[in-house]
Amino acid sequence: MSIKVRIPTPLQKLTDGKSEVESSGKTVIQLIDELEKKYPGIKERLCDEKGNIRRFINIFVNEKDIRFLKGQKTKLKNGDEVSIIPAIAGG
Amino acid sequence: MSYVKSLKCRECGRTYPKKPIYVCEWCFGPLEVVYDYGKIKKVLTKEKIFSREKNLWRYKELLPIDGEPTVGLHSGFTPLFEAKNLEKVFGVRKIFIKDDSVNHPTLSFKDRVVAVALSKAKEFGFKMVACASTGNLANAVASHSRSAGFNCYVFIPANLEKSKIISSLIYGVNLIAVDGNYDDVNRLCGEIASKYKWAFVNVNLRPYYAEGSKTYGFEIVEQLNWRVPQHIIIPAASGSLLTKIYKAFKEFEQLGFIKKLNTKFHIAQASGCSPIVSALKEKSEIIKPVKPNTIAKSLAIGNPADGIYAIDIVKKTRGFGEVATDEEIVEGIKLLAETEGIFTETAGGVTVAVCKKLIESKKIPKDEEIIISITGNGLKTQEAVENKIGRPIKIKPNMAEFEKFLKKGA
Repeated sequence: MSIKVRIPTPLQKLTDGKSEVESSGKTVIQLIDELEKKYPGIKERLCDEKGNIRRFINIFVNEKDIRFLKGQKTKLKNGDEVSIIPAIAGG
Repeated sequence: MSYVKSLKCRECGRTYPKKPIYVCEWCFGPLEVVYDYGKIKKVLTKEKIFSREKNLWRYKELLPIDGEPTVGLHSGFTPLFEAKNLEKVFGVRKIFIKDDSVNHPTLSFKDRVVAVALSKAKEFGFKMVACASTGNLANAVASHSRSAGFNCYVFIPANLEKSKIISSLIYGVNLIAVDGNYDDVNRLCGEIASKYKWAFVNVNLRPYYAEGSKTYGFEIVEQLNWRVPQHIIIPAASGSLLTKIYKAFKEFEQLGFIKKLNTKFHIAQASGCSPIVSALKEKSEIIKPVKPNTIAKSLAIGNPADGIYAIDIVKKTRGFGEVATDEEIVEGIKLLAETEGIFTETAGGVTVAVCKKLIESKKIPKDEEIIISITGNGLKTQEAVENKIGRPIKIKPNMAEFEKFLKKGA
């Protein structure tokens, strides 16, 4: 299983400068746990103390905001593309 | 002379130097400009403000630039006036309109934020400016980019009103119409901003840009002769304007220009895009993004960046949130035109309609004083009312025909 994950600039220090990495996981939150194994420290940046995705982080699975799907329990499959986008600005 | 201390994360409080950045590297919260109010208090007085030219830069010490302002030198200081006819219709003691439908030069409150953002972009040395916009911001960035000598890209959802498209293209800038809604445009711009070294006014310059909205609040206080109103109704897309008007009142309180901030902040959204008001009414901790479907396209942001902060302020000041349907928006636009002679855009229709509802539901008492925030001009959203107003009466050019009509019509 391979899922393409796009890493925002502030987190690229943890991914050896890579803006895109491959990972796996059946759900978004599992994917974050997998990323943590490979890139220690990334989970505490993405999730709060309770393990929930921080409120200013937007995660998109195949261009779709996971809050329109099943949140951090959104299911993933082989070939999916996940984008992590910090604080939506705009307005 | 700069009075800006640093940027600070609104979530975790980490501080950052003044740079074109907008996100906390640690927790991804939004960054906010922090000032040295002690220093400002020593140099800024009401008299000094009063002695300056009537534009938004009369409050420059409270804006995040290091040198003298260079952009938007005639923007701001729009009229605040009592709406006596509307008071009668609503049966309330006092209503004021703060009218940014005549802001210079592009007829919306976005001239304020862009004046600040592009002045800052110059200080940072950018050559290219850009934005993600529902229309008004695109117009303002396009216009000011020309007078300030920047190259310019503006990004909009493809389905915008014709006038808003023309009012960007006329300046000869690059207008990118994205097949998607504002939130799609915004996300794309976030990605572009991380790759290209451009000044995206509402992405990487957002902490500075947003401060420009404070001038709407400063002016209200000054125009009310240095006091705050009892109620203010503010339309919300991202929620930023509301948070910055609050910050403006707070800063004037801190500087001793007003006694006490006791204004109730009310938030107005369209029922076809009301993620903030819905979360407020449902007492939800998170704001669930929505897919917008409303004629109020300037408010059609489904994923509002400052929504949670706007909610905090509405709650803290004991205000309310309310929504307006498309029909109510049109009625609101027409009512303001027919009573006060002001042709506002759809966002203004939302605000007027919500004001009416808050009075009718007794959430705003009839003997109190209300400010209605008018943030844009109706000439830009004519499609919204085109088929809901009268028709021209066609006659031949002679007196007989005219008098025939008079008899019939009267």
